[in-house]
Amino acid sequence: MAEVELRVNGTSSRVQLDPRVSLLDALRERLRLTGTKKGCDQGACGACTVLVDGERILACLALAVQYGGREITTVEGLGRPGRLHPLQEAFIRFDGFQCGFCTSGQICSAVGMLAEHRAGVPSVVTPRLAATATPLSEAEIRERMSGNLCRCGAYDGIVDAIQHVAGVDDRAATAEPAADR
Amino acid sequence: MTRAPERSRPAPPTPSPAQAVGRPLDRVDGPAKTAGLARYTADHHVPDLAHAALVHATVARGRITGLDTADAEAVGGVLAVLTHHNAPRMTPPAPVSALDLSTLAPGTTVDYLNTDRVHWNGQPVAVVVADSPDTARQAARLVRVTYEVEPAVTDFAAAQDDAVPLRGTLLVLGEERTGDAERALATAPVVVDHRYTTPAQSHHAMEPHATVAVWNGDRLTVHEGSQDVDWARRHLARRFGVPLAGVRVLSPHVGGGFGGKAPVWAGTVLTVLAARATGRAVRMVLSREDVIRTVGGRTPTVQRVALGAQRDGTLTALLHTGVSQVGRVGGTPEPVGSQSRHLYAAPHIWIRHSTTTLDVLPTAHMRAPGEAVGTFALESAVDELAVALGMDPVELRMRNEPDRDPLDGKRFSRRDLRAAYARGAERFGWAERTPSPRSMRDGHWLVGRGVATAFHLPVRLPADVTVRLRADGTVLVRCAFHEIGVGAATAQTQVAADALGVPVEAVTVEHGDTELPVGPQAGGSGQTASVATALLEACEELKRSVLALARRSPSSPLRGRRLSELRAGRGGLYRADAPDRGETYGVILTRAGRAEIEVRTAAGTRLGRTLQQARAAAGWFRDRRRWVRAVTGAHFCEVRVDEHTGEVRVSRWLGVFDVGRVVNPKTATSQLRGGIVMGIGAALSEETLVDPRTGRTVNPGLAEYHVPVQADLPRIEVDYLDEPDPTTPLGLLGVGEVGITGVAAAVANAVHHATGVRVRDLPVTLDRLL
Repeated sequence: MAEVELRVNGTSSRVQLDPRVSLLDALRERLRLTGTKKGCDQGACGACTVLVDGERILACLALAVQYGGREITTVEGLGRPGRLHPLQEAFIRFDGFQCGFCTSGQICSAVGMLAEHRAGVPSVVTPRLAATATPLSEAEIRERMSGNLCRCGAYDGIVDAIQHVAGVDDRAATAEPAADR
Repeated sequence: MTRAPERSRPAPPTPSPAQAVGRPLDRVDGPAKTAGLARYTADHHVPDLAHAALVHATVARGRITGLDTADAEAVGGVLAVLTHHNAPRMTPPAPVSALDLSTLAPGTTVDYLNTDRVHWNGQPVAVVVADSPDTARQAARLVRVTYEVEPAVTDFAAAQDDAVPLRGTLLVLGEERTGDAERALATAPVVVDHRYTTPAQSHHAMEPHATVAVWNGDRLTVHEGSQDVDWARRHLARRFGVPLAGVRVLSPHVGGGFGGKAPVWAGTVLTVLAARATGRAVRMVLSREDVIRTVGGRTPTVQRVALGAQRDGTLTALLHTGVSQVGRVGGTPEPVGSQSRHLYAAPHIWIRHSTTTLDVLPTAHMRAPGEAVGTFALESAVDELAVALGMDPVELRMRNEPDRDPLDGKRFSRRDLRAAYARGAERFGWAERTPSPRSMRDGHWLVGRGVATAFHLPVRLPADVTVRLRADGTVLVRCAFHEIGVGAATAQTQVAADALGVPVEAVTVEHGDTELPVGPQAGGSGQTASVATALLEACEELKRSVLALARRSPSSPLRGRRLSELRAGRGGLYRADAPDRGETYGVILTRAGRAEIEVRTAAGTRLGRTLQQARAAAGWFRDRRRWVRAVTGAHFCEVRVDEHTGEVRVSRWLGVFDVGRVVNPKTATSQLRGGIVMGIGAALSEETLVDPRTGRTVNPGLAEYHVPVQADLPRIEVDYLDEPDPTTPLGLLGVGEVGITGVAAAVANAVHHATGVRVRDLPVTLDRLL
């Protein structure tokens, strides 16, 4: 058994764990944060996507003991009914889900993806890798969100929701001078 | 242009004015689902919970000769290793009976852990119960099983010759003929006659199957992601020999189904068994691999479509025959000729379907069983005929569009495929397509455009609902239907709001629990219309009861009025001829001293249920005699094929559908889109690979079975005619399955247009184009 301090959604918990336990199982079974889903348990579907220090990771491929002290955000930490995160609201408005099982992972992934894009991280479809600011086109969103499967096929709604939120973000971003990278 | 039947039933009650139905309302479960608070089966923690894991057989057929469980039992935390030596006995599944459709519930006939027989490679032969999921899984790997192996038939390609034609029954359509199709084919001036194949496919709902079972004496509570909680409840009561009334199945949120969660599979039965054997609450969450080894998927098919035509494109003969597989211990045929009975006005038609029996996991229905794969063959063949005739494929279809059902002359309850094609062609820019293959390109991309027709026959099932109206004006609708992602609760909220004339915010809908009145299965594209039918009846009854209360009061403006003279609206009943004369439900109930009033459709009792089923069955047969009630659509697809690598990209999509009235454009569009996405997967990448020597599935995971991802897809444009069906309450038909039909053919037809290569075997992978 190993002891680890998991800091999730702003709350710290000391947990005794078998070192083989994945971050996903620790969140779901120990901390009872069941919003994060297990779709394949082998890194193929994205349903378990969470944010660690603002970056998206697959919680099923992460060992919980490696994440002590890191700032972990799950879907429950983004917003609650009544004060939802803009992406959660946009997913509802643009019907970015059907059964809802992949949704937590999609939303966490989208939050992380928008941060990556803001930071200038290119994707395989980015036309000019050296460009400081790439517009977040539909093709960019589709490429960057391809690690999150949705068997119901709510992909267009997901794109629309992200574009809607990114539009707001882009206006905020252009207010600041872009750093040269 | 809508063709109304000459004799239609008395007009069903239609709420007026329609305010909520037809509006793109946000899903009522949106906040819970986007905030991660909607609880699915695996999210349930109950006290004293133990965890189970499966051990799968590694041979296709034979007998278990040895089971060494010592190593597994020695793992710390293991509570039990259950095998056929020590598992409690269960009652075997009931034989299938048309009089009790819940006998269709079991996915297989295997008496799990009560037999030493192995019927497929992957059948569960042991279950480990432990204090944690990891321990259970670890110990499951330590169970050693030896077998006496028997010869097994596991190669579909080799078993096709042994296929037996299906005989028609109450539940399955058999061979159908009109005229003499073979003779007409032999004399037709233009003939196409080809063989098409489709591979096995898997549902791969994002939520793996999971069960939580809690026994309390002979009372059983089960959490289960299910498309049919009533089937699950009845099946479990039978298997475990306990009173039906003591079995409760809860399934408020289901993480996708697509047919895979309608039957009861091994995981469900064995979780309940494990809980029975250990005296603990048990949860078993199947791994993705467990799902593929124990939950049946779509059959592979081989099909022949032969079309004969005059030189002007008039069809003279249509033959469609096919073979699908079932397992030795269960499985459902996919009648691939379903749509071919209804789509084209050929005077000579022959449809036949055969099944071949293999020693493999039984097949199961997957989205649009029959039509999803049958339209691939038929609509590819029609495209091939268009090429042979030098005719536009849309024009060829319209030339052969029937006025009445081509097999028996029945009327269509509604059918306006012409309008769907006309609208689609206009929106898609079909006229800009140059007809010859390889005639359109963009750099190294060969561009092609294809069309295909979508077709599905939605079912209608009995449903039982209660509607409760409270003096504060709020409404509670209760029905054990299933929310597998279709927006079912949202749609019924809209239906109830209009029927009672209350705002949608006033309506709450409870579902997915066998404590509620029995609902229909989420299957056959019938759930929304089936529940709405019962809900409208209940709302009428409720308004009648409210009016009866109002009429008792001398001061009521509704005194002396009949319900037919009133309109529901503004939270009450008002006179149609004097809309300001009336009163709210709250006023009526409060004055009568009632906190609430509730009505229930007839099936509350066993007698009521029997009567309701008999009525529903009689109605179904009467309707089937009278008319064909189908939904149709026109798919328009553009692909780009890399000239050098053969890579296929779908670059544009438009589907225009004739699906009757649409309750909620937002959720209906998503469902139609979702069907198209799954169809694009079937067209380009999806294939469950079975080793023909061993019968073992070799790609039981999402890393090797490729469902479409964002980058594979263009924007999917969806449009629909939104004209009510004249024969159904509210004009509803069903939208869940029609989207996937025709999609693979549209892709293959577009690929042919782009490349000149005709691919008759799905999926259209790049190796087939080089």
